[in-house]
Amino acid sequence: MEYITITTGFLIILAGLWAIMTRKNIIRIIIGFSLFDTGIHIVMVSMAYVKGGVAPILDKNELLTDTANKIVDPVPQALVLTAIVIGLGVTALMLAYAMKLHSEKKSLDIESFKDLKW
Amino acid sequence: MKKLFVFIILIALASMLYPLLDTFHGNDKLSELSQFYAQSENVSKVNAQNLVTAVVVTYRGLDTLGEVTILFLAAAIIAFFLKTESEKRTLRKNSEIFKTAAKMLVPIITMVGIYIFINGHLTPGGGFQGGAVIASGVILMLLAFPNMEFNHKFFEALESISGVVYVGLAAFGAIIGLGFLDNAILPLGKFGELFSAGAIPVIYSFVGLKVGAELSNILNKFKSVQAEN
Repeated sequence: MEYITITTGFLIILAGLWAIMTRKNIIRIIIGFSLFDTGIHIVMVSMAYVKGGVAPILDKNELLTDTANKIVDPVPQALVLTAIVIGLGVTALMLAYAMKLHSEKKSLDIESFKDLKW
Repeated sequence: MKKLFVFIILIALASMLYPLLDTFHGNDKLSELSQFYAQSENVSKVNAQNLVTAVVVTYRGLDTLGEVTILFLAAAIIAFFLKTESEKRTLRKNSEIFKTAAKMLVPIITMVGIYIFINGHLTPGGGFQGGAVIASGVILMLLAFPNMEFNHKFFEALESISGVVYVGLAAFGAIIGLGFLDNAILPLGKFGELFSAGAIPVIYSFVGLKVGAELSNILNKFKSVQAEN
């Protein structure tokens, strides 16, 4: 099971990188960054999986004794929670830049921004 | 030629990732740090049913403070970057079904959001998720009634007050000698009930309000800039 999730995560990372490198529309490039982000989150969560473990929420009495052998790792999940929120902030910033770029050149095509190209 | 380079870069990244997959065999037990968090004396010290929340709000609470700060910074930069210009635009009229459904759904969405962040220490969820759900209610409102006056003063005040209360609660723990962001400044209560885990539900509720207000402000900024075109 953990192999499926970790492979999916890697494939999503590669798909995001592919989108960043080949797409022309800025919005699609931003979607590529989001995909890259999501893939990394999936990889981190699946690496924290412990065989036979349940979610680290102790809502049953049998989970209260010998907890450490019954749950999956909560620390990477907390890290991913933080990473998702920061990814959201970064995506919002990128979209704001995209809107500003669009109001400059009236185009979202990355080819029409050649100011930094030599 | 360009396609070849793209292909080479993809293959390079894939071959960098492959050893990670190759050496990965799944874990048989928790890491040492997590075992410490899962010890029964430490679980009863924090008294939160959801261990992820316990890690996010108490053990790694400083990270969460930084995370809230980053979100605030993003909102501030966007507010600075996209200056609001008020001018009228002609919009297609929204259908009656959409408007009525929005009116009915927004209170329920807000309630679900509040439920999620109040129960953050008991069930999966918490401040960030609840705040995002509340912001999704706000975006539904913005789409259904585009000419509605967005009360950004209220959201800004809500955001500032929540932030100040969060930092105040965190500092209060340090002042009375328990430690920055310690949750034992309030009574710990009975394990598994709504009023348990000390200050965690209070802190997470304020985080939820803050995140909801911030995301609503960001969405409103995007909407009001779109009115330019």
